[in-house]
Amino acid sequence: MTLLNPYFGEFGGMYVPQILMPALYELEKNFVSIKTDKIFQKKLLHLLHNYAGRPTPLTLCKNLTNGTKTRIYLKREDLLHGGAHKTNQVLGQAMLAIQMNKKEIIAETGAGQHGVATAIACALLNLKCRIYMGYKDIERQKPNVFRMKLMGAKVIPVKNGSGTLKDACNEALRDWSSSYKYSYYMIGTAAGPHPYPRIVKEFQKMIGEEAKQQILEKEKKLPDSIIACVGGGSNAIGIFTDFINEKVNLIGVEPAGKGVNTGKHGAPLSFGKKGVYFGMKSYLMQDKEGQIQKSWSISAGLDFPSVGPEHAWLNSTKRAQYVSITDEEALEAFTILSQKEGIIPALESSHAIAYALKIMNLYPNKNQIFIVNLSGRGDKDIFTVSKIFKNRKQL
Amino acid sequence: MSRYKKMFQRKNILKEGCFVPFVVIGDPSLETSMKIIDALIENGSDALELGIPFSDPLADGPIIQKSNLRALSNNYSMLKYFKIIQILREKYLNLPIGILLYANLIYSQGIEKFYQQCSKSGIDSVLIADVPIEEYDIFYKYANQFNINSIFICPPDAEEKFLNQLSLYAKGYIYLLSRPGVTGIKEKIVSISNKFIEKIKKYNTLPILQGFGIKNAAQVKKSILSGTNGVICGSAIINIIEKNLNTEKDMIKKIKDFSFKLIKSTK
Repeated sequence: MTLLNPYFGEFGGMYVPQILMPALYELEKNFVSIKTDKIFQKKLLHLLHNYAGRPTPLTLCKNLTNGTKTRIYLKREDLLHGGAHKTNQVLGQAMLAIQMNKKEIIAETGAGQHGVATAIACALLNLKCRIYMGYKDIERQKPNVFRMKLMGAKVIPVKNGSGTLKDACNEALRDWSSSYKYSYYMIGTAAGPHPYPRIVKEFQKMIGEEAKQQILEKEKKLPDSIIACVGGGSNAIGIFTDFINEKVNLIGVEPAGKGVNTGKHGAPLSFGKKGVYFGMKSYLMQDKEGQIQKSWSISAGLDFPSVGPEHAWLNSTKRAQYVSITDEEALEAFTILSQKEGIIPALESSHAIAYALKIMNLYPNKNQIFIVNLSGRGDKDIFTVSKIFKNRKQL
Repeated sequence: MSRYKKMFQRKNILKEGCFVPFVVIGDPSLETSMKIIDALIENGSDALELGIPFSDPLADGPIIQKSNLRALSNNYSMLKYFKIIQILREKYLNLPIGILLYANLIYSQGIEKFYQQCSKSGIDSVLIADVPIEEYDIFYKYANQFNINSIFICPPDAEEKFLNQLSLYAKGYIYLLSRPGVTGIKEKIVSISNKFIEKIKKYNTLPILQGFGIKNAAQVKKSILSGTNGVICGSAIINIIEKNLNTEKDMIKKIKDFSFKLIKSTK
């Protein structure tokens, strides 16, 4: 029996080989105990404030909204150490690993942001670290691979399957099923078997808590909408959590890639089907036979064929709305934010910005306040974008 | 009486262990796959464990994963796999035939419809590699409704609580893992003690088949001496398929020679 509910409505669960069940129970037990462990929480808070750089600011984008009645605020997770929200939860999970006496960390990464964050936490807390990464992503994300290695992580190229994030996830789970006695699997998003979606949510929920306090200080009221990009869904669940019981629209933005009709997208909530994959029941991209399909996004960080189970639940209960933005729209937002506000957003976050701009342009005279979660900075993506611009003779 | 029960009884009387090969249907093609299966059965295999190809077989190691992907590259449908099994069933009336697959293949067509198809095709057992006993209820309900044995995996370090649970659910046989991890032949086998097998038997009356890492006759002998009812051998056979992809005749001959040695050591 689990201590916490492994399900969100009908989504979630623990769909793993039997051999991993004791490891998941052990993890859950320790997670429950640290939630009320004052010393643990104090140490984590200390790290978040003095090492990672919390709280992150809430920035009003004045130039971007000029001539409209929309007010767009950015929750600046890009300013967190490591350059993305990922640092929040890896610090929490690394401390949990130490609490559990595990000396080795296994992780998987797509864009490399979670890999970099994992390498940061492991270097700081003196943990051995190996990171699985699809060989195609290694090629796409060279600077992040270098960062990981520089900080002492071992990056293991995954050549099986499609050589991207989904294969790296499979490989990390395989590693864990033989090494769980001494190693800790640090999942990078609010997905996977229970208790991971709850753990990641717990260690990301401060994004929303801070944003709520900050917006109340600045506007004396809550925003109309919170907008966040959704791959696996960790930054989105982080900013949504404290607003779930408030009268605020929660909007998750999935990558429509080259267009949802092309099949080259990563939008399982909008265009996938229910199924079981990567340890959980959720929405996933699959063919009619139930084989998992490759996802696509210009942003390697959103390139995942499934989504965290709580998002599947928020979608089915209609508490949150999930929309999609194409590569092109994201690229445009990437450029506009850079040019108007001097902030280069991650391609992931550019999807959320693009949607905010879309709604702003649709209703320019409506008084509305948006908080967009700027989940990461775009330095890692400038090579991808500059290649595209070069081909188009843009810039 | 179920085919598994009859087979295990017969082997018990003969005081022999069982040899159960595992291959993925459709690897490298349906035609060759059928020839491999025929060779294994004609050689004296006691039952058959067939993998239904899945894109992300995370309980399996690289050898079986590649086998799944080779089979998938042929684009056969689930219906085709069921038809092939039906042909096997008509050909080998008394042979226990089990399938191993992943949960999403079942979900995508509907759990009830899946088990109904299994029953129609003459399948004796289903093992879902990514569904632990804790998540099994919904599958179990339909498996029982259509008289399909649910096979469960017993980890080598299982605690009494789990063994007790296993006794409530398991049917057909118990799949005992040689070691933690995924399938494959590279990892070292953890030696399973007679004591542990006795402990399983205290809770369960079902026969025990040991799987994961079985690659030679000595291991088969050791397993049976420690008290199991036999072994399941997959990656070692699939390794032969992979290494002889372009020479079907050699492939089948090597599989025959290899399985012959292992089958001999069960007696």
